[in-house]
Amino acid sequence: MNNNNMKMKNHVLDIGKIRKDFSILNKKINGKQLIYLDNAATSLTPESVIGAMNEYYGSYNANVHRSIHYIGEKATREYEDAHKKVADFINADFEEVIFTRGTTESLNALAYSLMRNLNEEDEIVLSEMEHHSNLVPWQQLAKDKKIKIRFIRINKNFELDMEHAKELINKRTKIVSVTHVSNVLGTINPVKEIGRLAKEVGAVFIVDSAQGIPHLKVDVKDINCDFLCFSGHKMLGPTGIGVLYGKKKMLEELNPFLFGGEMIREVNFEYSSWNDLPWKFEAGTPNIAGGIGLGAAIDYLKNIGMENIKKYEEYLTNYAFKKLNEAGLKVYCAKNPEKRSGVLTFKVDGMHAHDVAALLDRHGIAIRAGHMCAMPLVTKILGENALCRASLYFYNTTEDIDNLASGIKKAREVFQIA
Amino acid sequence: MKESLDSNWLGNEEDDEIYRENIIDHYRNPRNFGEIKNANVEHSELNPVCGDMIKLFLKFENKKVKEAKFKGNGCAISMAATSMLTERLIGKTAEEIKKFTKDDVFEMLGIELGVVRIKCGLLCLNTLMKGVEQMEGRNGIKN
Repeated sequence: MNNNNMKMKNHVLDIGKIRKDFSILNKKINGKQLIYLDNAATSLTPESVIGAMNEYYGSYNANVHRSIHYIGEKATREYEDAHKKVADFINADFEEVIFTRGTTESLNALAYSLMRNLNEEDEIVLSEMEHHSNLVPWQQLAKDKKIKIRFIRINKNFELDMEHAKELINKRTKIVSVTHVSNVLGTINPVKEIGRLAKEVGAVFIVDSAQGIPHLKVDVKDINCDFLCFSGHKMLGPTGIGVLYGKKKMLEELNPFLFGGEMIREVNFEYSSWNDLPWKFEAGTPNIAGGIGLGAAIDYLKNIGMENIKKYEEYLTNYAFKKLNEAGLKVYCAKNPEKRSGVLTFKVDGMHAHDVAALLDRHGIAIRAGHMCAMPLVTKILGENALCRASLYFYNTTEDIDNLASGIKKAREVFQIA
Repeated sequence: MKESLDSNWLGNEEDDEIYRENIIDHYRNPRNFGEIKNANVEHSELNPVCGDMIKLFLKFENKKVKEAKFKGNGCAISMAATSMLTERLIGKTAEEIKKFTKDDVFEMLGIELGVVRIKCGLLCLNTLMKGVEQMEGRNGIKN
């Protein structure tokens, strides 16, 4: 550890200091210190986020937007503040930020709400690198309405084929929904350019930024997307809280997808009218502690600075890419260093991904193995049954990568692979 | 007590006992790997979380398994367990096969599996049971 701090001293971030904010990094797993390389699945939680949620339950546990008492007002203020923090973080307005359970719920809500108005001749454009959450909702609803889904191809550099995108996005296209950063290939997609294509034909443009927002500065006005979805737990926040951003004009036109308390203005036995944005879309008692935790996570990220995070992660990703290549592994990762995030998917020849992960676990190293919730990409496009994935965040170090490389070496020895 | 958060943890930190030599051997050199044409049992099952897939073929003669083969792909545990199981099936009747339990699989592997890897080890057993059930259904045998 001390050694590690030294290594990082000249860098933009004081990683040694940062690591102290994550108490889980001191835990022993199988007798070894945890080396956490599964950040694309979920990120670790800093003490400040845990503290903010504890404080809510410990000192002002009350429902929001209802109760006329001190702790009720305090809870409302903190919960609304969390919306403001998110809005500010992505350069949106307060009314444009809706809290959901996560990216999956945000995308499902959009699929249900937007596809209501589509007809048989209409088309939806996705890409071949979508996570199941940006594929299955569209697929299932398209089936009922006989709507066609077209998939933007991936080229040999593991980037989206933009010529193909230009072909696919045409006057029949009503919705374009793509991932910002691939959770398998780490590719950072040119969402601004895809958005421009969508706008040219008048299609609704949606960005799944679950893997983007934890690592990159996101500006919804710059991207010019109609909707943007992400999860709290991949950006230092708790699970069970996420965001649906929508342009005000779009949200005003969109029908609510959940009905009940909190989202109404006036209810009669025969009809109802809806609350103001964003509450129109937040029916029922929300995940108050989760929202406050997400606000604290954003405070933490802002304090470090997204530019610093990006710079450090680029350095770390290039280091890992080099190490894995040196180990003779096939790495399924965007080839252009400027277009990739810290997601390193790889294969160890002669070993199944689960065996690699299980053997690494013996050394306290946590990676993901399987199809990473992107089954068509892994099985049909990459042609693999299962792959290993090491995914980085700014609290990881080059030492973590070295440990990964030596862990893989030991795993190969168990399987008698030269 | 040694601190361990891993529910799948099986043994000492120094040896990788889940990956015993016999398991690696069966994984690298699976026995009875292949297909049987016109088999009495031909059934495949998928482990949706892992993506492990097994297709099992059984040929019965005089109510006993004469030949057992399998195809598929998956981790060392799932493949080794299936490989070992096919060896055990030769000469068994459907009634005897139906008495196989997860303990038989653990005994065969020489290890017990934790909550995570148990699905890998038992995929072969599930495939076998469903395959035999289907055969009996076709033959009009009620359970």
